[in-house]
Amino acid sequence: MAATEIARQAGEGARAVPLAGHVGFDSMPDQLVNKSVNHGFCFNILCVGETGLGKSTLMDTLFNTKFEGEPTQHNQPGVQLKSNTYELQESNVRLKLTVVNTVGFGDQINKEDSYKSIVEFIDTQFEAYLQEELKIKRTLHSYHDTRIHACLYFIAPTGHSLKSLDLVTMKKLDSKVNIIPIIAKSDAISKSELTKFKIKITSELVSNGVQIYQFPTDDETVAEINSTMNGHLPFAVVGSTEEVKIGNKMVKARQYPWGTVQVENENHCDFVKLREMLIRVNMEDLREQTHTRHYELYRRCKLEEMGFKDTDPDCKPFSLQETYEAKRNEFMGDLQKKEEEMRQMFVQRVKEKEAELKEAEKELHEKFDRLKKLHQDEKKKLEDKKKSLDDELNGFKQKKTAAELLQSQAQQAGGSTTLKRDKERKNSGFL
Amino acid sequence: MVYPLVLTSCQVEKTVPGPGMGDFSYVGIDAILEQMRRKAMKQGFELNIMVVGQSGLGKSTLMNTLFKSKVSRKSVQATSQEKIPKTIHIKSVSHDIEEKGVRMKLTVIDTPGFGDQINNENCWQPIMKFINAQYEQYLQEEININRKKRIPDSRVHCCIYFIPPTGHCLRPLDVEFMRRLSKVVNIVPVIAKADTLTLEERDFFKQKIREELRANGIDVYPQKEFDEDAEDRMINDKIREMIPFAVVGSDQEYQVNGRRLLGRKTKWGTIEVENIAHCEFAYLRDLLIRTHMENIKDITSSIHYEVYRVRRLNENNTAVAHANGLPQHHMTSHEM
Repeated sequence: MAATEIARQAGEGARAVPLAGHVGFDSMPDQLVNKSVNHGFCFNILCVGETGLGKSTLMDTLFNTKFEGEPTQHNQPGVQLKSNTYELQESNVRLKLTVVNTVGFGDQINKEDSYKSIVEFIDTQFEAYLQEELKIKRTLHSYHDTRIHACLYFIAPTGHSLKSLDLVTMKKLDSKVNIIPIIAKSDAISKSELTKFKIKITSELVSNGVQIYQFPTDDETVAEINSTMNGHLPFAVVGSTEEVKIGNKMVKARQYPWGTVQVENENHCDFVKLREMLIRVNMEDLREQTHTRHYELYRRCKLEEMGFKDTDPDCKPFSLQETYEAKRNEFMGDLQKKEEEMRQMFVQRVKEKEAELKEAEKELHEKFDRLKKLHQDEKKKLEDKKKSLDDELNGFKQKKTAAELLQSQAQQAGGSTTLKRDKERKNSGFL
Repeated sequence: MVYPLVLTSCQVEKTVPGPGMGDFSYVGIDAILEQMRRKAMKQGFELNIMVVGQSGLGKSTLMNTLFKSKVSRKSVQATSQEKIPKTIHIKSVSHDIEEKGVRMKLTVIDTPGFGDQINNENCWQPIMKFINAQYEQYLQEEININRKKRIPDSRVHCCIYFIPPTGHCLRPLDVEFMRRLSKVVNIVPVIAKADTLTLEERDFFKQKIREELRANGIDVYPQKEFDEDAEDRMINDKIREMIPFAVVGSDQEYQVNGRRLLGRKTKWGTIEVENIAHCEFAYLRDLLIRTHMENIKDITSSIHYEVYRVRRLNENNTAVAHANGLPQHHMTSHEM
């Protein structure tokens, strides 16, 4: 029929050709942006930190809204993750923001397993996305992405160093999520102590091999600001939703008798830096890193765990389908084998039971025979006894008749008078 | 040890005031648009267009006109005398083009030999095979365990079908081809070499074509069922009333009224390619490039590709199911 000749000219390294006029595809980024605007964005933040470090307040301050009505109850055992989704809108951008809070983190006496529920939560979100991606009929387009894009780790403002709980938790999380460490309630630390604290924290993180999120420096437009900010990590923040009048403006601040800490004053705290980095400059990069690095890692591990491979020993690429089918066949074979085994075991058991029952039956028969014999013996004995008794009786009767005969003979001989006398006596007796 | 997860979805519409209402209340969420734009500029775009039609209908010229440079196969392959091949070949050529900082990898897929034989039965087969092969390649990359960061997209986004300007109606070959291929790829039909038709003939021809497309149930781009909302439908309805576009291609410039314009010079006048009074090239260009390019790519990846994927994954399941004697629904727990 018709043959196909697929010739890819200049393949991967396609030649560059100059354009002789305005074509118009420079509107592509705009088209892409419009599509995204129509679709809406989603962003998920996880706040990890001990109770009372101001996590909820910071979220309120960052997004300029009062999120939760009341503070969460802190009387549950174990670490719980509470997730809330909000729809925010700014000019024409709709953002579906999900804030996940850890309730009860660090409250336990034994904190060995505190990180587990957090890791589990993150994995659950990855798993949900993976399941959706592997479905046959999938709707990735309208799927609500719940994977955590950024994890704000709240460090208590001790001024000394990181707690071991912090180190352990961050180490467990650094391969699963973008970690941005922040020093909470930093108005408790003085400027000089703060610098020392930051240096100590950074060195501890490095020496323990914790990979925190680095703001990307490959794009020239933002490389400079990002690299500067990288040097300011961890950010020392103060959160507040209350407004105080300074000069003639109302600003977000915390008022103390000795002064007022202004949240948005860069001399007072790093809140503005955090907001700049998290939202205004790198939100998209955070989302991308989550998808291309953390999610892919999870996916790879999960699929390998399930036994899939990319290449077989002959180095020919396996298709996931074939591997999957082979696995299914193997699984079916295993099932069948198990079924056989069970069947055989069943037959065995039945045989055994049968033998047992037969044994019991035999025993019963024997017992019956024995009893019968016993019974017969007894009967015989009794008959013997009866016979002997009869014999005795006969003997006695004979003796008796013999005796009577003798007596009657004797009486007949000289005792007819006796007989008369007897007769008279008898007659008189009658009368 | 079970750590219960409390999920409360609180849909609260909070409108955060934009800048200008006091800087302190501006959060900066809309900065994400700028971030996206930056990312898109850095990554660049890919576009794969296939041109299908008999030889001599001006396919290569139209491509060159659309992208204002020598992007077609003919311009790349120096062939002194173009012989009509005896079978259908599929040849694709890629170019990197750049405009105002936006980089695009454009691949033009040519199909010489289509419709040129005496017996053109099944001439759509090699083309369908090619399109499906691109979907297959993408699928294989997608289901790998170690995946590339960005899977190279070689899927055909748009297929421009050239209708010869007979002026009467669609030929059976046209109907057959479009009917089959509209199910796997976005088809944009155009009336080639439209400078042979007068305006009345053109309108009559277009109406006839639209009727025939409707009668045969052929859904060309923009497909009615993929309109997302009322606004989309309005815009697309206007386009649907105009297709197929009657185009004229040219890569030569002539002096007209003191300006240098792309056109075709004849004894009776110069046809200006970009003049909408002369031909509808400008509409085609706007549709394909300036307004609907993203939408075309979107429909390809989220609809045509997904249809292929569902079919492909299902056919594996059925085959194995029959082999194991298991009913189809047994597979739902291991859905892939």
